[in-house]
Amino acid sequence: MQQFYEEQRNGAQLTLRLAGRWCATEVGAIEPQLARLDTRGLQHIRVSTWDLTELDISGAWLLWRLARDVRAAGTALDFVDGEPEQLGLIERSLTDTAQAPLMNPAQHHEEYLGEDTFAAVGRRAVRAWHAVLNGLGFVGQLSLMLGRALRTPKRWRPTSIARHVYDTGVTAIPIVALIGFLIAVIVAYMGAQQLRKFGADIFVVDLVTVGMLREMGVLLTAIIVAGRSGSAFAAEIGAMKLNEEVDALHATGVDPIEVLVLPRMLGLMIALPLLTVVADGVGLAGGALLCRFLLAMPFVQYIERMDEAIGSFTFWAGIVKAPVFAILIATAGAFRGLQVRSSSRELGRLTTVAVVQAIFLVILFDALFAVLFMELDI
Amino acid sequence: MSEPIIEVRGLVNRFGAQVVHDGLDMTVVDGEVFGIVGGSGSGKSVLLRTILGLHRPQAGSVKLYGRDLTNLTESELRSVKGRYGVTFQAGALFTSLTVLQNVQLPMLEHLQMSPLALDELAMLKVRMVGLPADAARKYPAQLSGGMIKRAALARALALDPRLLFLDEPTSGLDPISAAAFDDLVLKLQQQLKLTVVMITHDLDTIFRVCNRVGVIVDRTMVTDSLQGIVSHPHPWIAEYFHGQRAGRFAAAAGS
Repeated sequence: MQQFYEEQRNGAQLTLRLAGRWCATEVGAIEPQLARLDTRGLQHIRVSTWDLTELDISGAWLLWRLARDVRAAGTALDFVDGEPEQLGLIERSLTDTAQAPLMNPAQHHEEYLGEDTFAAVGRRAVRAWHAVLNGLGFVGQLSLMLGRALRTPKRWRPTSIARHVYDTGVTAIPIVALIGFLIAVIVAYMGAQQLRKFGADIFVVDLVTVGMLREMGVLLTAIIVAGRSGSAFAAEIGAMKLNEEVDALHATGVDPIEVLVLPRMLGLMIALPLLTVVADGVGLAGGALLCRFLLAMPFVQYIERMDEAIGSFTFWAGIVKAPVFAILIATAGAFRGLQVRSSSRELGRLTTVAVVQAIFLVILFDALFAVLFMELDI
Repeated sequence: MSEPIIEVRGLVNRFGAQVVHDGLDMTVVDGEVFGIVGGSGSGKSVLLRTILGLHRPQAGSVKLYGRDLTNLTESELRSVKGRYGVTFQAGALFTSLTVLQNVQLPMLEHLQMSPLALDELAMLKVRMVGLPADAARKYPAQLSGGMIKRAALARALALDPRLLFLDEPTSGLDPISAAAFDDLVLKLQQQLKLTVVMITHDLDTIFRVCNRVGVIVDRTMVTDSLQGIVSHPHPWIAEYFHGQRAGRFAAAAGS
């Protein structure tokens, strides 16, 4: 291995003859060599820089640190060929302002380590309470804005809404259709396995029809859309926030909620029910296919049974939930997007939060709907 | 003249039908401060990105330290990239890292050293650009515009490059901060014996810091010394240095 210095010992005097390239790329190699240098019991160290081929700030810093440590231990250190000027630069840089000395490397972790548990709990509680208030405030603001917009049709921004219907709805058709189909097939298959034992094959149709129309169709569509569009809303609005575009809107006297949040929400309220219809339709078709090939049930029989299974409210009990889910997804995405502040890491974190909360809210409200429909006996 | 650090020959950059550079030549020698000037949309940033190896030109050669960037492999390009420092227009600090971590990032990527050395060397760089020690622990969002520019400079100096690129280093700063930044660049350039290439619109900066100026006009570059460029006959250059906003400098340079 290359030696970056030569030692010549003469009693209590040590001469260090530096050699090679003392620069940033070699710091990793020079450091351990310097660490092996034994300076105990020395009175005088003389450093020769004559053979150095290169010395940059990183290399000079190693010398500066050596000089500092050696001198602190009471040993004299001087440079035979004059002190390299970089050392002076380092010295001046580190002392030029009356600031704190070199930071202790252990210090930049845990600022709050000293804080007692009680204060930490309090701080968290206050923060959680603020989060609740902020969320409520946003919902209130959004409702006000929605009310105002609905009264003045000029504020509906049809172009913008159309774009969001396209982005969140039309482009989602393939994936929603595929998932709807697969879920219907799975439900029919599982149902057929059980019901066949009782010779009740025909009720597979009821299972698929009622299951898809009332629950599966709308729930799965909402979850897919929450993943696709909830994240897109949060990321889009969050990036605009980082670029100060939202501030620019404010400054132009345009309410960001009106131009950014409302069109997304209204667009999604149109797109999600339509997507649900797609999922329902494809699901029923999937069920029919499975019954035809697994249970050898003719299509005509499937359709007849389906007709009997669907009550007057079966379809509407599913579809009525879609706009509500749309509001939840759009609100969660937009709210989290608008909370993005100052860093790209925040953007990622809040996008994740937006999707998780959107899915949670969708499932929570689906449960509430289930209870409501049961009480209403629908 | 010492050997050229950057040598651009016959550079052609096209985007679709739009020709940005057509046979552009540029030479930067060791130890000088080279200013790149040009109208908005004249391709200053494209030129910078080409020299940095971030953009491959349609034709021409770009030599950095004598090596042609246009036909290097990815790994060769990577080692060249470790030999220069860059600051971008808006700072481009990583927002999720503290200033100190921002400075450490290139060091972690290109160098091997102990954690202690990493911390202290990064801290030295932070102090060298005139930032107080407690700024090192702050996130970019907590810094003022001037401090962000300085932190970006500290990151550019992390690997002790001999060559520094500055993209509009003083844009968005008040005149006092801009002047202080100019002084800092000049001081570091002299003490670290850097070669500096800067894109700038700031006439104060040009006259304070630059030795030579290259003006991008008509898709090529007109290069001259500071004194020479001021009296160049090209109408755009004359307008640039003698227009309403520049009167006082031309008088100063002429005297």
